[in-house]
Formats: sequence, C-alpha cells, structure tokens
Amino acid sequence: MSATSRRRILRTEPTWLRRGLIGLALLLTFLFIVLPLAAVFIQAFDKGWAVWQAAVTEENARSAILLSLLVTGITVPLNVVFGLAAAWTIARFQFKGRNVLLTLIDIPFGVSPVVSGLIFVLVFGAQGWLGPWLGDHDIQIIFAVPGIVLATVFVTFPFVARELIPLMQSQGSDEEEAAIVLGATAWQMFRRVTLPNIKWGLLYGVVLCTARSLGEFGAVSVVSGHIRGLTNTIPLHVEILYNEYNYTAAFAVASLLSVVAVVTLLLKKVLEWKTREARV
Amino acid sequence: MFKRPGVLPGFWPAYSYSVLYLSLIVLIPLSAVFLKAATAGWPKIWQTISSPRVVAAYEVSFGASLAAAIASVVIGFVIAWALERYEFPGKSFVDALVDIPFALPTAVAGISLTSLYAPNGWLGRYLTPLGIKVAFTPLGITIALIFIGLPFVVRSVQPVMEDADHEVEEAASSLGASRWQVFRRVLFPAFRPALLTGFALAFARGLGEYGSVVFISGNLPMKTEIAPLLIIAKLEQYDYAGAAAIAVAMLVASFFLLFLINFIQGRSRRFMETKLS
Repeated sequence: MSATSRRRILRTEPTWLRRGLIGLALLLTFLFIVLPLAAVFIQAFDKGWAVWQAAVTEENARSAILLSLLVTGITVPLNVVFGLAAAWTIARFQFKGRNVLLTLIDIPFGVSPVVSGLIFVLVFGAQGWLGPWLGDHDIQIIFAVPGIVLATVFVTFPFVARELIPLMQSQGSDEEEAAIVLGATAWQMFRRVTLPNIKWGLLYGVVLCTARSLGEFGAVSVVSGHIRGLTNTIPLHVEILYNEYNYTAAFAVASLLSVVAVVTLLLKKVLEWKTREARV
Repeated sequence: MFKRPGVLPGFWPAYSYSVLYLSLIVLIPLSAVFLKAATAGWPKIWQTISSPRVVAAYEVSFGASLAAAIASVVIGFVIAWALERYEFPGKSFVDALVDIPFALPTAVAGISLTSLYAPNGWLGRYLTPLGIKVAFTPLGITIALIFIGLPFVVRSVQPVMEDADHEVEEAASSLGASRWQVFRRVLFPAFRPALLTGFALAFARGLGEYGSVVFISGNLPMKTEIAPLLIIAKLEQYDYAGAAAIAVAMLVASFFLLFLINFIQGRSRRFMETKLS
C-alpha cells in the first residue's frame, strides 16, 4: 500500500497546488478569453430586444450584411477549388519544388491584414500598376466590391488547402489508385472515392474560410473606402457605429459576428471528431 | 524533372492551376510592395522608415508585441498545464473556449476589450482608482495582443505535454528528485521548443495585428500609434511609396520570425530523433 501511494504522490503535485493551478487557469481563461466575448452579448442586449432588432435590421446594417454574404459567397468557392487542386498536387505527387509550394501557400498567414489590403491598392489603385489602364476603361476595383473580394480571398487563401493537405497525406492514395486501376474515370474517382474521404476536413476548411471572410477587418478596411450602403461590410459597419459613439448598435451588429464565431467553434469540435473517425 | 509514381490522373491540371492561382492572388500582388518600395529608391525608403513618428510606431508595435508574447507564454503555459495534466469538470469545454480569439473577428474583440478596460468599463472602473490606466495606453495594446496571442501558445504546447513521457518523470522521482526538480530538469526542457514556437507565433501575429488594437490604443502619434496604422495614414495622404516602405520593413520582420519558427521546430525534431535512435 505504501509503495503505490508514495508513487502517486511523486507523479503529481500536492492537492493544494493542483487545485490552485486549476483555479488560476480557469480565472485566466475567464478574464482574458471569455469575458471579451461575453461583454459583446451583454452590451448588445443592454437596451432590450427591440433596440437590438432595430440596429441589425436598419438599412445600412442590412446592406453591410448583404455585402459580407456576397463577398463570402465568392471567396469560399474560389478557395475551395484552389484548396482541392493544391492538396491533390501536394498530397498525391512527388515533384521538384513541392516544399516550396507548401511554404508559399502559408504566406498570407504571415502578412499583416493591413499589408494584405495595401498590396491590392498598389496593383489596382489610382496610382497603382494597373490604375491608369483601369481608369481609361472605367473599371473600379479599389474602393469597390472587387477590391474587397480580392483582399478577402488573399486573407483566407490558405484555410482549405491547409486542412486538406495533411488529411489527404495521412489517408494515402491506395483507394484512389484502386479505383483508377479498376477503370474509373478521373471524375468518378474524385466523386466516389476522394470526396467521401475528405468531406469532413473540407467542410471544416469551408467553415474557417467562411468565418474569416465574414469577419475580416484590416485588409478590407484598406481597400473598401468605407462608403455607406455600398462598400461597408459587417465589421466596417461595426467600426463606424462605434466611432459615432452608438455603442449599443455597434455591439448589436457585432453580436451577429460573435454568433458566427461561436457556431464556428461548435462545428470545429464536431468536425474534428468526424475527421478523426474518418482517419481511423 | 517531375516524378509521377503510380496511376493517379490530374497532376498537370491541378499543379498548373495551383501555381497560377497562387501567383495571381499572392505572389504578384505581394511583389508589388517590394517593387513600389524599390522604385522609390533607398534614400526615400530610409527617410520614411527612420522618421521619428515611424520609429516610434515600430517601438510601440515591437514593445507591445514582445510584452504580450511573454505574458501569453506564462498565461498560456498555466492554462495548457491544467488542461493536459489535471482532471476537472468542464475540462473539454474550457479547452474549446481557448479558440475564441481565433474565431472572434478582430474588430469585435477590439471594441469589446475597449469597453471592458475604458475608465468607466467593467474592469477599468476598478483599475483606474489603483492608478492603472489600460485603455488608450501601451498597456491596452498589450492586453489586446495577449488576447490574440494566447491560443497560439496553448495550442503549441498542448501536444507536447500530451506526448510527454511519464516514465522519464517517474525515473527522476524514484531516483530522489523533488517535484520541483522534476519540473525544472525533466519536464520544462521538453516543453521549451514548443513554448518558443508559441512565443514566436504570438509575437509575429502581434506585430501585424490591427483590428483588435486600433480601438483600445487611442492612436496618439509618438505614443500609442502602431506600425500598421501608419500604413493607413500614409495611404490616406496618397504616399504609396511611404506605405510600401513601412510594409516592407514589417514583412521582413515577420518572415524572419516565421523562418525562426521553422528552424526551432526543425531542430527540436532532429533532437527528438537523435534521442530516440
């Protein structure tokens, strides 16, 4: 008896320290992570349901929501197609420059959001590379919807590819090779073998990409021009309301984005569990 | 040049499309910053990035990111330790909460933190009588960057803690090491590379962070103005070359950090491999 109890004591900390550390960890998580999220909802409903509803259905809020949905609707499919192509290339073939390609995909994660917006201003802005030509042909990209889409595509660029590459690498290509050898066409193989195997990972990539597209602030802020009702996305609308000291309305609109964040976390848990199931 | 083992179709279309899309969306636009800065010439770049206001902004960004990354390492270590080594009710729920800063849009975090730490806010109202001013000071910027940096540290350290070898720990205790000695000599050295990675990730993210910081910082020139904000200020003055020059300096700093992270991870992997063989 004494031998086992001594060993248990040696393998972990004394009870008081253990409880103290758990308590400290909970306090720090609450203070630094949970409180900022909780504060959004509490302040959003500060003045009641009717005020919240008025703030999120008001005309400028509605057009901001529609624009964010439009931008996300264009961004996500583009990055899904790229993610599938990049994952197929990297996880299924050996070629020269494979590691370089893998590293380059990650670049947007290392770039400041403001710089992500700046690069498109330098290419398409009035003084940019293509600015004069675009001006002659009356095409506006910066301070218009195409610029917002480009900046969002850049910022969310790696999400889908980053989810699919490790998943497809760990699954291996046996099943796909079998399908081809047995006479399936490329499309049949993709639809019947590849897609069912990667669907949960793909969905998780889509969830991350969607959440970031809806919530991106810095990059979009640089290229949008903040034209109310025309080029304001949800986060930019929140900024305007906040800077006008219209705090309740700002938090009401922000609460919509916070719901997206909470749903993202829930889906993450579910999809992680599903992917692990698929890997086994 | 290209080896294609096996029978799988679609290499060329997938490869060409990936490279084309990568070039159009990422590489060509990104090269615009470097070219814009280069066409302005070295004297102009140097004049921009060495002007007092820009230097002050770099100092604020660098100092706050450094302080926040260090704080994130300490706080993140405590959270990861409790999550990986102890059992308590609601553990997996708390674990899920750690990802909130990844998921919450930065502008939302920014206005929420400002409202909490403003002099009349829930936390600010208790800190102000103590003489601690958070909102609109460098301390506020640091708090915002801790929020952003914490998950990077927790998620870097957790897998290493999970894999930690209990036998080594037991061997050390049965050879007479105290609990503190085991921690300091056996456990902590194993966690160090992961902590460094988390530190570097949090630091790199902090340097470029914009949305969560602009609201709480107050943006006073020379005092609480961060580098990304100066890029926007230059753009508003149509000084594209100046904006590009500041951006190039920031890009070089963050690519250097990413390179460092890869180096640390590569070295610790080699270390683990030699230890195993």
